[in-house]
Amino acid sequence: MPAAMQEDLSPEVMLAFYRRLYPFKSLFTWLNHEHTPTKQFINREFAFTLAGDVYLRYQSFVTADEMKKQVCQMNPTRFEIGPVYSARPRDRKTVRPTAFQPQLRELVFDIDMTDYDSIRTCCQDAAICARCWKFIAVAVRVLDSSIRDQFGYKHLLWVYSGRRGIHLWISDAEAMELTDEQRRALVGWMTVIQGGKDMVKKVNVRRGAAGPLPPSLQAVVDSYLKFAFPDIILDDQNLFSVRERWEEMLKLLPPGKVRNELQEEWDMDSERASADKWQDMRDAIKSADSKEKSTLKLVVQDIVLQYTYPRLDAEVSKHRNHLLKAPFCVHPKTGRVCVPVDPSDIDNFNPEAVPTVGQLLQELNNVVTETEGEHHSDWEKTSLKPYVDMMDKHAQALMEEVRKTKRGADLSW
Amino acid sequence: MFKSAHRKPGQNTYASQVEKYSTLKYPHRLNFYDRPPLDDITIEEFEICALDRLRLLAEIESSYARNRTWEELKQVALKQSEHYLPLNSNTAKNKNIEAERRKDHIGHFVLRLAFCRTEELRRRFVKAELALFKVRYESDDRAEREEFLQSRDFGWDAVDDAELKMYAEQLAAASPPPMSQAGGKALEKYYKVRWTRVPDLVEKRRVFLKGGMAYVPAREQSSIIFEEFQRSLEKSLQLTLKHLPRLDEDTRIVPLLDNLSQGFMAGISSEWSSAPEAAGDEITADMIDGLARKHFPMCMRHLHESLRRDKHLKHHGRLQYGLFLKVLGLSIDEAIVFWRRSFSTMQDDKFNKEYKYNIRHSYGLEGKRANYPARSCQQILTSDTPGSQDSHGCPFRHFSSENLQTGLLSMYSSQGLGASDLLEVMSYVKNGHYHVACTRVFEITHSSQGVKKGDGVGNGESVTHPNQYASRSRELEKSSESVKVEGDGDVTMG
Ligand SMILES: [Zn+2]
Repeated sequence: MPAAMQEDLSPEVMLAFYRRLYPFKSLFTWLNHEHTPTKQFINREFAFTLAGDVYLRYQSFVTADEMKKQVCQMNPTRFEIGPVYSARPRDRKTVRPTAFQPQLRELVFDIDMTDYDSIRTCCQDAAICARCWKFIAVAVRVLDSSIRDQFGYKHLLWVYSGRRGIHLWISDAEAMELTDEQRRALVGWMTVIQGGKDMVKKVNVRRGAAGPLPPSLQAVVDSYLKFAFPDIILDDQNLFSVRERWEEMLKLLPPGKVRNELQEEWDMDSERASADKWQDMRDAIKSADSKEKSTLKLVVQDIVLQYTYPRLDAEVSKHRNHLLKAPFCVHPKTGRVCVPVDPSDIDNFNPEAVPTVGQLLQELNNVVTETEGEHHSDWEKTSLKPYVDMMDKHAQALMEEVRKTKRGADLSW
Repeated sequence: MFKSAHRKPGQNTYASQVEKYSTLKYPHRLNFYDRPPLDDITIEEFEICALDRLRLLAEIESSYARNRTWEELKQVALKQSEHYLPLNSNTAKNKNIEAERRKDHIGHFVLRLAFCRTEELRRRFVKAELALFKVRYESDDRAEREEFLQSRDFGWDAVDDAELKMYAEQLAAASPPPMSQAGGKALEKYYKVRWTRVPDLVEKRRVFLKGGMAYVPAREQSSIIFEEFQRSLEKSLQLTLKHLPRLDEDTRIVPLLDNLSQGFMAGISSEWSSAPEAAGDEITADMIDGLARKHFPMCMRHLHESLRRDKHLKHHGRLQYGLFLKVLGLSIDEAIVFWRRSFSTMQDDKFNKEYKYNIRHSYGLEGKRANYPARSCQQILTSDTPGSQDSHGCPFRHFSSENLQTGLLSMYSSQGLGASDLLEVMSYVKNGHYHVACTRVFEITHSSQGVKKGDGVGNGESVTHPNQYASRSRELEKSSESVKVEGDGDVTMG
């Protein structure tokens, strides 16, 4: 992304962004769930990263305006959101340590493209393109549908991380209240890919060697992964045309006749297209004897999972007091804004089309002649608008939820 | 809850209480401790119930520290329960079931008061109590357990037949029935609970989840119960904490609670019997050098060697060591001989004037004539922190890591402790489990007498008192001597 690399992120640019474009009001409503400030916002920790990598924790604010003022004054390169504590974070030194405990926090997930390096051929490390974004798109679909269906949560906000990943923030009341133990349990439920580089078989989800897949994973394979696998791994990435990669895959098969035959066959034609190799394997399994065949059928499902199931950064999700970059911050390397993403349209999302801070300020200069005073909603005149609207719509639903709960409480007596 | 009770101690005796509530008060052996004991409790009862329970919880905690398996922990806990907190089922004959259950009830609530006060204490207390509850649950009579479960509303809904049919495939895949039941036609019973109540089942993907509800097979219901026990205890401790300041008025309760929680922090639970050992166990001044080498825990070994080296011990050191020797069986006459000889550079006059009285005093022969017990590990660990010139205290806690390692090797290498054992011992020390470290040293140095890792000083028990250490060590020697004699006999006969 040569264009992005040259993005001007000088303090002046950042300050203009915070003053004129950053939607503080939307951020406030999303975190607060109501119009009047509650402890959900007031007791919330923000952490600022200042120029020179100075990290400033335990910032807290009473209103969106106060927050904007402070952000403009300190002009951080970015800021992160932490938990809601039992007291105001900025007062933490004046209260007893026992009275300063994390209490609430969105359930968050972080998916990063670097965890996919061993299964993508198009890019490596920090780089990302529309082709490898497909991995993220599958992850979003799987995670979004699983959490809604299995855990019953409704208020999910997906946010592009600005470079090569995506964050999920879940704001349902129960999700906010989860203890670390419960978060760990939920992450355990969602985690399928386990083990580092040296672990060949990274999927071990059956109970017993030949047990069925857990129903949640069977559903995911049936609805998404069995389509994503040929599409991404075989066609797009053509992963198994690389010797190292097909050998890795072959090791997932149990030692035996089928594996040996395929090894011999592909040794002679190492660059044979992935789809053709996959067909070779299916044919070989078809003609295997019945005992080997039934084992291999399960192995094929496990392979599909290993190559397409979302790879989660579990640590981020397990702890209530983990800090995560706020939506609408600017990525310090790319200059792109961390915008909300619509999961139902995830396949059409193009990370390279996300506006950069320079581009937005340019748009602004083209349409408005600067007037005196604050610029609360200048974003309306830029391509940031659809993203802020998405956030506002999401926050509206959260507020509606609170209103319903309150009405219920009023009626209950 | 205890407020009215401890204002008027002694008004009700234990026995009359038991009589009063002998029929209906505790229908179940298991208790969720939803309600505090409301009747009057004497301060003595208050303390006894708490100490005995604490002893049990401390053993459970040290079982975790020593990485015992669940089965081992269970055996240790059941054995300790028999001694300190027996809890029999309804079918038990000739047992005062009500009294046992009342003691269990009171002890739990007293300890809540002692352990609600810091996050660390709450966490450790909940973990140990939960383990105790699990041990009892697993060892409970099936029918009685069923009755107990029926008696309390756990807020679970049975899954109806329509849903069972609709999700039959998913339920079977998520929670496959055990092999023995596979193929059976009868539908298993399932309960529906919010997933947050069964995090351990969720983490391992052992339930079917739909819309935030976990479908838990009846055979996994213990998971829900344990989670519920933990959750409700955590909540109660927070509430207790809020109400605690009201207790500050009572000057007798607060020191007692401090003592209880300190003991738990040190991993120690109770006093070793301070009564001198049975007749025939009496020792003389001449025997002490030999005994120290073979049977003393490190704190006493260190005091003994300091005394030999400096020909003197400072006040707290004399107290810690002198009372230990008294309980070991050193008579007052022998004690005077021992200390007179040990202070070899001191004039008779000074000894008689300044030290003899104190020795007699510690034997209850002067002053208020109290029978002073020997210091327990808890006291040694938590009171009178030694200064740089002192020799008392617990080496595991009060020595630098370097001095501790050198000391361990020089004192115990002749009994089989090697440099390779240090890593393990030191790892306990680093985590603050001083008594576990001491217990491990006991095990290593008595391995030639058949003591294995995990045996502790007997029955898996940890060291809680220097006299317990020494006395078990001597018992082991005696029994191995008698084995030797028998062995010799065999050889002669053969
Ligand atoms: Zn790419």
